[in-house]
Parts: sequence; C-alpha cells; structure tokens
Amino acid sequence: MSQGKRDSSMMAVEVSNVVHRFESADRSLTVLQDATFEVASGTFVSIVGPSGCGKSTVLRMISGLLPPSAGTIKVRGEVVSGLRTDVGFMFQSDALIPWRTVLENIALPLKFKGANRGVREERARAWIRTVGLAGFEDSYPHQLSGGMRKRVSLACTLVSEPETILMDEPFSALDVQTRNMMENELIGIWARDKRTVLFVTHDLEEAIALSDYVIVLTARPARVKAVHKIELGRPRDILNVRTEQAFHDIYTRLWNDMRDEVRRSYSEEKAP
Amino acid sequence: MSAATFSGLPLHAWRAAVVVAVFGGWTAVSLADPNMRTVFGDPLLVLAQVKDWIYDGSIFRHLGLTVIEAMLGFVAGSVGGIAVGFLFLFVPALRNLFDPFLAVLAVVPRIVLAPIFMIWFGLGIVSKAALVTLIVFFIVYFNVEAGLRSVQGVLVERARLMGANGLALMREIYLPASLVWLLSSLKVSVGFAFLGAIVAEYLGATAGIGSLIAVAQSQNDPNAVMAGLFAVFLVVVPLDQVLTRIERKTVAWRG
Repeated sequence: MSQGKRDSSMMAVEVSNVVHRFESADRSLTVLQDATFEVASGTFVSIVGPSGCGKSTVLRMISGLLPPSAGTIKVRGEVVSGLRTDVGFMFQSDALIPWRTVLENIALPLKFKGANRGVREERARAWIRTVGLAGFEDSYPHQLSGGMRKRVSLACTLVSEPETILMDEPFSALDVQTRNMMENELIGIWARDKRTVLFVTHDLEEAIALSDYVIVLTARPARVKAVHKIELGRPRDILNVRTEQAFHDIYTRLWNDMRDEVRRSYSEEKAP
Repeated sequence: MSAATFSGLPLHAWRAAVVVAVFGGWTAVSLADPNMRTVFGDPLLVLAQVKDWIYDGSIFRHLGLTVIEAMLGFVAGSVGGIAVGFLFLFVPALRNLFDPFLAVLAVVPRIVLAPIFMIWFGLGIVSKAALVTLIVFFIVYFNVEAGLRSVQGVLVERARLMGANGLALMREIYLPASLVWLLSSLKVSVGFAFLGAIVAEYLGATAGIGSLIAVAQSQNDPNAVMAGLFAVFLVVVPLDQVLTRIERKTVAWRG
C-alpha cells in the first residue's frame, strides 16, 4: 500500500474566501460567505455550526460535487476543478448498494478504479475484518443493523486508502451508544496511519472528542468564527475522554462561541 | 410468510377442492338443465372441442399465430420501452419535451386504437403486433422510468466519487435498479400482450384464437368460446411461471 509523501507541513485542504450562493428565479441566498481555513495533512479536523450553515456544502465543494460561487479550494496543493475521486467521502446516509453483498459493496470502489478481482477481494476482506464484520461478507445491507451498515460504509470509504477523508455527519442517524462505539473505532483506525479527516457534525461533543482542531462556523451566511485547537492527549479513549475536566473546559469555551450562532440561526428559522 | 389454511386438509387439497367444486358445479348445472347448457356450455364438450381442434390441427395454426403476434409485440414493446426509458435518463431535454404527450397517450385505452391499426396495416399479423407493441411499450416504459427515478441521488454521487464512469454507473447502479421494475412489468405485459392480440383478432382477422372465438360467438357456441380461452390458458400460464421464476432469482437480494 502506497503511503505517498506525507509531509506534515503540507496542507491537505485549503479553503480560501469561498462563497456559496444559492440562486433561484426569485431569490438569492448566500449560504457560505467568505470561508477560509486550512487542514494540515494527517490531522483530524471537525467543522461545527448551527444547522443550515453550509457545513455539508463545504464538504461537497471540496470533493468537487459542487463548484464554489467564488473563491478557491485546493486539495493537496491542487485547485479543485472537477470530481476528486482520490478523496474519500462518507455520506450521512449509508448509501450502500442494496443488491450487493457486504463484500461486493466494499470491493466496488476498487472495481471502479480498475483493480483486478484478486486484489479487490483481498483488500475488501481485510477491511471487513478491520471494521469487525467478519462473517457478514455475504449479507445484504437490509439484513444488517444501522451500526453494521455504517461499518460497511466506513470500509467502503477507506478501502481505496484515500489520503483525505471527508465525513458528512456520518454517525448522526445512530443511537448514542452505537455512535460512541463507532467514534472510538474510527479514531482507532485513524490513529494507525493518520490520514487527514475533515469531519462535519452538529454535535459539539463529538467534534471535541475526535478532533485535533474544531472549526466553528457562524449562522448563515456562514463565515469561520473560530478555530480551536483541542488540547486533549492522543491516543484518546473516546468513551472516557468526555468525563475529563479538560474536556469540559474545552466544551465550555467552544459552546460560548457557538451559542450565539445557534440562537441566531434558530430565531431566523422561526421568522417567516 | 406462514400459510394460513383451513384445518383438516393441506392447502393443496383445499385448492383442488375449489377446482372440483367449480367444474363439478358447472357440469351439474349443464346436465340438469338443457337451457343452461346452451348458455354456459358443458365442460366435457369444451374438452371435446379442444380435442377436435388438436386432431384437425387447426388449434396449432390459430394459437401459433396469436402467440407470434403477442410475442412480436411483446419484444418490440419491451425493447422500445426500455430504450426510451434510458434515452430519457441521459437526455432529460427529450423527456421534458415528450412527457405530456406520453402522459396523455397513457390514459387513452390502447384497445380503441385497434380499428385504426387495421385500416393502416390491414387485417393480418402486422396490425395485431402493432397494437400489442403499443400496449406493452407503455407498461414497460412507465415501469423502467419509475425504476430509474427510484435510484437515490446519493447512490449515484457516491459511485461517481468512487471513480465510476458513465458505463460503470449504468452497469452497477441504473441497470440493476431498474431490473426489479422491468421484470415485474414484463410479467404484467405478457398477459396484456395476449389480451391485445386476441381482442384485435376478435375485432377483425381471418385467423388466430381471437377470430376463432369470434366465429364461435357468432354461432352461439359457448363450448368453442370456452375452448378458445382454454387454449390461451395453456400458453400464458407456463410463460408467466417462467417469468416469475426469473424474477425470483434476480431479486434474491431483497430477501
């Protein structure tokens, strides 16, 4: 497996003065207004912000699914001008192919990238073990629980070993316990080879527990309000870190930033 | 699904009982009253009629023609429905252009086009096949269209981000997604293909099961009409069974 050049000073993602305007016949809505931030290679960074502030939009623009209305986005130094198939993307929904088994689903990205059958199967099986789904290779998605489907989805995202991984509220549909277990597993997998993760969530606790840095966005039209470095040690046990005093201090600090934005976003949504 | 059944006998026995009751009742009525017999016919005479047709070979000629008409139309209509469904997926401008026309045509009962097809294509095989084509086309097209529409956008986006090109999207996402709809529409279409062919023959033809039934009706012969139905039954039921089996195998992933 190719590790590539992993220069820690290199920026995996650079977002500069990015604007997203939603234009329709009768109105124009600025979702994102002048967002600028960087994600250093090998770090785990979360984006939090009130709902509707364009967190997911940022990820879609980085992956090339959506062109920015203004500004530039670079992935590993290269301006994004089309789909970035080298970037891993984990969607909020599982988006698994219902007529494919677990093994086939996980092998599919490799098939698209032209890997031969032997390689596909070997690597897919390895990832099935990594995410703890051994024995479910031949199951179809509808036969699995929500948590298991998430594991398949995670393996699908990681199987082609992307340098940069974008995650759009991947665990938000899970119950709290399952979510915490999945977060713990994600961090374990991430710690093995420190790929770059940009993780969008509306859950501040989740963001703090997982990340090296947390970017707080303002209410719509969104800007970057603050970037917080999370001074919690690594390796981190997600299941216990929440009880630490340092965690609570950081939480209080970030919540002070976010509270006004959430309030503003909420009152605007209530207004006609 | 657990089979809820009446107690005492297995389900198959109960079903056999239903068949016996229907045919026994029919026979009893026709034996008891000659007037009833001239109206409803007699199962034994129906079988005798079928036997006569088999012996003089006429049934094979008529049934063969009907099957050819139905199958020609079935294949042409299915291919057309699939082709147009996928064409519209890739050229949405065409879909937007033709959508209202197709929607309007879809509410017109296709059978009423049989007379005009006979004027255009004559009383032979072409007018029947054309009518069946049109009937099957609409069934298949609307199902393929619904199948393609049912593909979640996120599935396509994710596949493209994983590096799928147009061909791979087609093979891995669109075709399999529409297959379930396609197969169920083909099953429905078989029945309608025969319906179209027979009704068109009934309205005007010199051969085919429909014309056989028309002649029998004009002679007030319920046995021959029933015998015609019976002959159709012998072809359609096995065909439906085959399609059901294919469908079950293909959509095993649904569990």
